[in-house]
Amino acid sequence: MSLALKALKKSPWVFHVNTGACNNCDIEILDALTPRFDVERFGILLVGSIRHADVLLVSGPVTRNVLPRLKRLYEQAPKPIKVIVIGACGCRCGIFRDGYNIIGPVDKYIPVDAYVPGCPPKPETIIAGVVKVLGTL
Amino acid sequence: MNAANLMFNFLVFPGFLFTAVVGLLATWVDRKVTARVHWRVGPPWYQPFVDTAKLLGKEVVIPAGARRTGFLLMPVVGLAGATLASTILWMANLYPSVSFVGDSIVVLYIMTIPAVAMIIGASASGNPLGILGAAREMKLLFAYELPLVVAMLTTVYKAGSFSFERILGYQDANGVMLGSVSGVIAFVVAIFCAQAKCTLLPFDIPEAETELAGGSHIEYSGAPLAVVRLNMAIMFFVVPVFIITLFWGGVSLAGWRILTTILKYAAIVVIMVLIKNTNPRVRIDQAVRFFWGPMFVLSIIAMVLAVLGY
Repeated sequence: MSLALKALKKSPWVFHVNTGACNNCDIEILDALTPRFDVERFGILLVGSIRHADVLLVSGPVTRNVLPRLKRLYEQAPKPIKVIVIGACGCRCGIFRDGYNIIGPVDKYIPVDAYVPGCPPKPETIIAGVVKVLGTL
Repeated sequence: MNAANLMFNFLVFPGFLFTAVVGLLATWVDRKVTARVHWRVGPPWYQPFVDTAKLLGKEVVIPAGARRTGFLLMPVVGLAGATLASTILWMANLYPSVSFVGDSIVVLYIMTIPAVAMIIGASASGNPLGILGAAREMKLLFAYELPLVVAMLTTVYKAGSFSFERILGYQDANGVMLGSVSGVIAFVVAIFCAQAKCTLLPFDIPEAETELAGGSHIEYSGAPLAVVRLNMAIMFFVVPVFIITLFWGGVSLAGWRILTTILKYAAIVVIMVLIKNTNPRVRIDQAVRFFWGPMFVLSIIAMVLAVLGY
């Protein structure tokens, strides 16, 4: 394992993108970043720019409007980048699967490394998902 | 002093290597104290080093609209400036004989190079948010330089010289600047200016994570981002040492004085981190008004008191 990958495991900076979720998963993601869980112990930071990100947290089913932006975000991110889908909607479109503007789950458009199902998933589940992704590095 | 000696001083001690390591450790102190204020545990001590190693291994993305040379060169220019300021400051503290007339002015000027480099680099990135951050950084630079210079002049007036050797010699003979009324006032002004110079809250207006998403370094990724962060870490080390030299008797690595040096530096860092954690971000116009209003008046009062002999 190279030094850069080893360091990546110790400081994954997450970038958060909502592709059309109902906002519940986003609230749970923010809960996972609060002092109660203190993920900065493991070097996890929330960053504001996609250029600084190592992990992309995607919540929600992909809507027609957001698809070009999602693809562009993935291309703009410096590699290696890991993608984690948060919530049932991102995994399999959830209750929105019959919506007129929903064009499929996230993994139809960009490569996904981990799925965290739940509606919404608990912060503990999200942290477990991130840990599993880091284990595959 | 020959060229090899100078290179050693610039690159290893007390220049780049020493400053970078201590600066990164200082950013860990910042994050740890912040975590304790939030009632959290906080990251382990090696976290800033791991972050730097990770960023060096990441892909470097150059945006399509960016001016490649300026975009990639400016972080290195800023790093060189910050390192040079640290080298001159520490050499003057450790070996007073190498101090020259006006080296405090030189250090004051060189300490603005990282900010100027950041302005040029962000303007070259072609990102509207980055350019907005650059504009704010420029206004902030104009705002805090004025009271900082006047606060420095308070010390210079008392010591009767612009050279660090005389300033430190005066403080050795007559007690530190912090022992006098004018020194305390100028010290308070300098702490606030240091807060803006290190772009910490409440003056992190150029970066403004929540509104500009990183501002002046929004487009940097990989190794350039590592250099930008190293720059900020070094400034977090240089600026407090500059203040200690001017107002608190300087730094030293000889014998027991190494302990007082660490205590002085830690005290200033903790003050800055506590200010950072207890204040919301101000708008740029509020920041300019704050520095050109109350802070400038305070520094003038300190100057007048110094002239009157207090």
